Amino acid sequence: MLSKRIIVCLDVRWGKLAKSVKFVDTKDIGDPIAKARQYYEDGVDELVFYDITASRENRDIMIDFVEEVASQIFIPFSVGGGIRSVEDATKLRNAGAEKVNVNTAAVKRKELISEIAGAIGSQSTILSMDIRRVKPTKEMPSGYEIVVNGGVTPTGIDALWWAKEGESLGAGELVINSIDADGTKDGYELKLTRMIADAVGIPVIASGGAGKPEHLYDVLTEGHADAALVASIVHYGEYTCRTLKEYLHKRGIKVRMNY
Amino acid sequence: MITIIDYNAGNIRSVLRACAEVGAKAATTSDAKVVAGAEKIIFPGVGAAPSAMAYLKKMGLDVALKNAFKRGIPILGICLGAQIVLESSDEGNQKCLGLVPGKTVRFRIEDKLLKIPHMGWNEVSVVQPHPLLDGIMAGDEFYFVHSFYPQPAAKKNVYAVSNHGGDFCAALGSRNLFATQFHPEKSGRLGLEFLGRFARWDGKG
Repeated sequence: MLSKRIIVCLDVRWGKLAKSVKFVDTKDIGDPIAKARQYYEDGVDELVFYDITASRENRDIMIDFVEEVASQIFIPFSVGGGIRSVEDATKLRNAGAEKVNVNTAAVKRKELISEIAGAIGSQSTILSMDIRRVKPTKEMPSGYEIVVNGGVTPTGIDALWWAKEGESLGAGELVINSIDADGTKDGYELKLTRMIADAVGIPVIASGGAGKPEHLYDVLTEGHADAALVASIVHYGEYTCRTLKEYLHKRGIKVRMNY
Repeated sequence: MITIIDYNAGNIRSVLRACAEVGAKAATTSDAKVVAGAEKIIFPGVGAAPSAMAYLKKMGLDVALKNAFKRGIPILGICLGAQIVLESSDEGNQKCLGLVPGKTVRFRIEDKLLKIPHMGWNEVSVVQPHPLLDGIMAGDEFYFVHSFYPQPAAKKNVYAVSNHGGDFCAALGSRNLFATQFHPEKSGRLGLEFLGRFARWDGKG
């Protein structure tokens, strides 16, 4: 049986580690490769590096960065932020990223998902979705809306529809990032995560809102998620990947304990 | 020196980097002549069997690999490399190298709860001792990404199993050939230790 995964997300700005709260108020908090190495040794199952500058000038820095990570970290990791073309995705993949995350550019032109999946495989194509709660309408019956550009621009697109559309276009995995829960430390958006996890046949990664180990337990059980993404609760040393895993293991969740 | 076969199938460099990490000298090649003179081979790969076989044939690497197996040098297949060493694959109904009797099959698609590809960390249980599996303990997990898996015809060729809606072959072997469906190069410390054992292996079961 597959283990549930704990994934640490590192926001990277010009090669430095940053952390934002509700997508604003960004500050630098250190060297991402040293942090990644620490998480790797501490049993994290996967890493995500998010290029929060998402600018074209930063592309080459990001390629060098991925090469450096790949020579030090021997577990899967993905890269996201500003991926706009098959070429961007292929370069990152060839530099050593196991998977790439697409977000805004896929909302603007959805064929990007099938193009990337065709080039590097569905298993390497992750669709990341930033989602906010809205009043259910005829256009957005699920009551959740896709927002883009780092969570600031509403799109009028129903989140549940987009998740299913992403799967049928060839995404191999989904990241469900709740804008409402992000940075609050009050727990993941369970209802949203479960709704999407139950509607698709591909793995779902829950993101946004982790504040304590119970939150991970909740989203991996009640939320039906395959993986839980964490950031600040491990970046500031409140918890380690090991303590999170020990907690989940004790409560009967299958997680990778030998590393 | 380990020769890593580059046949246009996935991220070969991650295998190269993992070899460097365990202190094993390695280089990639797609030249059949280099493979003919190799001391030790890693045959990795991600992707589909038909396109991989077409490329191997075009480059003469299919014959080079068969000869390397006959020469008795240590060979390690990874992922697609563990599937292609069998006689055939259900993926595109493809004839393969035939170094080990058996065929590659797909996970049961009728089971809707079964997520495919099988992607993530899963336990590998040793069912038959092998020098390359020395030290692997109950509960040790490795990283998998695949929709098909190898099914050797004889139990004697199955060395480890994993479970995804039922047991499937996670590692197979025959004489100087060993192959894993999981990715040792992406499996953290345990994967690196496995590669270290391969770097020291003399090819004798």
